[in-house]
Amino acid sequence: MDQATKSAETLRRQIAATEEELSRLREQLAVIENEEVQNLKGLSLEEGPVTRKWPLELEEYKRYGRQMIVPNIGIQGQLRLKAASVLIVGAGGLGCPAAAYIAGAGVGTIGIVDGDVVETSNLHRQILHSTAKVGMKKVDSAISFLTSLNPNLRYIAHTEHLTPQNAREIVEKYDLVLDCTDHPTSRYLISDICVLLHKPLISASALRTDGQLIILNSPPLPAGDASGGPCYRCVFPKPPPAESVVSCGDGGILGPVVGTMGVLQALEAVKLITAGKLRAAEGEKAAEASMLLFSANSNPPFRSVRLRARRPKCFACSAEGGLTLESLSSGSLDYVLFCGVTAPVKILRPEERIEASEYEKIMEERKGKEHLLVDVREKVQFDICSIKGSINVPFSTVQGSRALAPQGEKPPWIPESLAPDAPIYFVCRLGNDSQVVARKLKESGLDKEGRYIGDIKDGLKAWKEQVDSSWPEY
Amino acid sequence: MESEETLPIVVEFTGGLEMLFSDERKHRLSVPARDSKGDAVTVGWLVDYLCEEIMKDNRKEMFVLDGHVRPGILVLINDADWELEGEASYALQPNDNILFVSTLHGG
Ligand SMILES: [Zn+2]
Repeated sequence: MDQATKSAETLRRQIAATEEELSRLREQLAVIENEEVQNLKGLSLEEGPVTRKWPLELEEYKRYGRQMIVPNIGIQGQLRLKAASVLIVGAGGLGCPAAAYIAGAGVGTIGIVDGDVVETSNLHRQILHSTAKVGMKKVDSAISFLTSLNPNLRYIAHTEHLTPQNAREIVEKYDLVLDCTDHPTSRYLISDICVLLHKPLISASALRTDGQLIILNSPPLPAGDASGGPCYRCVFPKPPPAESVVSCGDGGILGPVVGTMGVLQALEAVKLITAGKLRAAEGEKAAEASMLLFSANSNPPFRSVRLRARRPKCFACSAEGGLTLESLSSGSLDYVLFCGVTAPVKILRPEERIEASEYEKIMEERKGKEHLLVDVREKVQFDICSIKGSINVPFSTVQGSRALAPQGEKPPWIPESLAPDAPIYFVCRLGNDSQVVARKLKESGLDKEGRYIGDIKDGLKAWKEQVDSSWPEY
Repeated sequence: MESEETLPIVVEFTGGLEMLFSDERKHRLSVPARDSKGDAVTVGWLVDYLCEEIMKDNRKEMFVLDGHVRPGILVLINDADWELEGEASYALQPNDNILFVSTLHGG
């Protein structure tokens, strides 16, 4: 290792250590800020009159006045909000706006569950977090924001992910649950525990420019009672294949889109609480279940569709279902197994793959002429950054066969000037799609003249690590 | 005898499914009113028709798995869950709107 690399390494280590220290300090600060607020609340209570003339504090009339004078809310609605407790699972793009409006509205007790820490890539949509809170636990960051927004409420931090083992203990203390998570495993788990503990559930999700919202298990009648609202399993008895599940990190997400869905969750929570619908009324039957679809680019952007009622053979909410609190908390229900995991893509053999650093050497030796580097990311990503000399053939066009020529013919994107034995390398973000495309090209007979076709292992992630640290990772 | 009669319908895709159908969310189609056996066409028939005639993408398994619409896709007939309408056996009517929604999971 030369001197420059060594000192860079030392600096990197120092930065990492300082960042760790920073995040520890921020967490300490959040805890102290929280305590300060709790103390303030204690003081104002002690100083207040022993018997009060009005059911709310004077400050609360001012704070909630504008919503209390809305018909359907009124003083009764406000008192219901104050007495209610809401659990928000996930402090991300849905949970942040939902929590802000729920705290603003004066819901007396708010719990937030999340095991993640704030990252820079969260900030365009997760509005409770801020640049200074990167590295801090999301739950602590959220509660510190909410506390300054509305110090009159009780906030409960659950700084871990919801699991079958802790779900009962966490969820049973609350009246209403909001699913603001981002994966099918948590969606099934949250729905199951809500059915078991008779909690209504407001579930939302978003990706790219689309969002979906459903109110489940409302009224929250016991399993087997057909008058209860359907659960997540009634609507989706089988999970989608793992390969079809796209995350916000892979598919992208617009802040205002997921924000819209989170705000709608808060609205539905306020409606449910102020209408006194946290528990089923005597003889109450579920209203027709519906799902609200939002598509930012459609006209009209909102569409409500009618869903089925409880499924007579639902695993969770029917009398015949096998779901019990014991089976859930003992871990005998494996949600990860149920939803499946995507196996790491292993399509190419080791000799069909090269390291990013190896490709850099090839690039220098061949001066970019006698080989071809094909970047199979979507065009929108290729436009953000690309390796010099590479061409773009998006994965989706290969899937649609549009980029593949008939058997034995050369695809149009291969330059005429490229020698028939010049190697072709594929690259993508992480080294999965590049394998799929390389294999397809080989199957179409493009390597029959002895040309090498392979991909760059671990894709552009490895390019940044091994070759170009200035590569803009997005 | 093969009938020439056709049915005008609207088929829509959302939640990412549009990517399998040339990135078009809304397809105005004119489909045969009778199948090869001369029976009135159903939504089940439409699913096969979409796979064979309309989908350009290779990833059929993202739409149909083991002969059924894959788990995680809701089928809505005129804005109602197809389970309320007889599922795959529902006979298509003129101007029906059939919406395929892939569930989203992001948050
Ligand atoms: Zn159910």
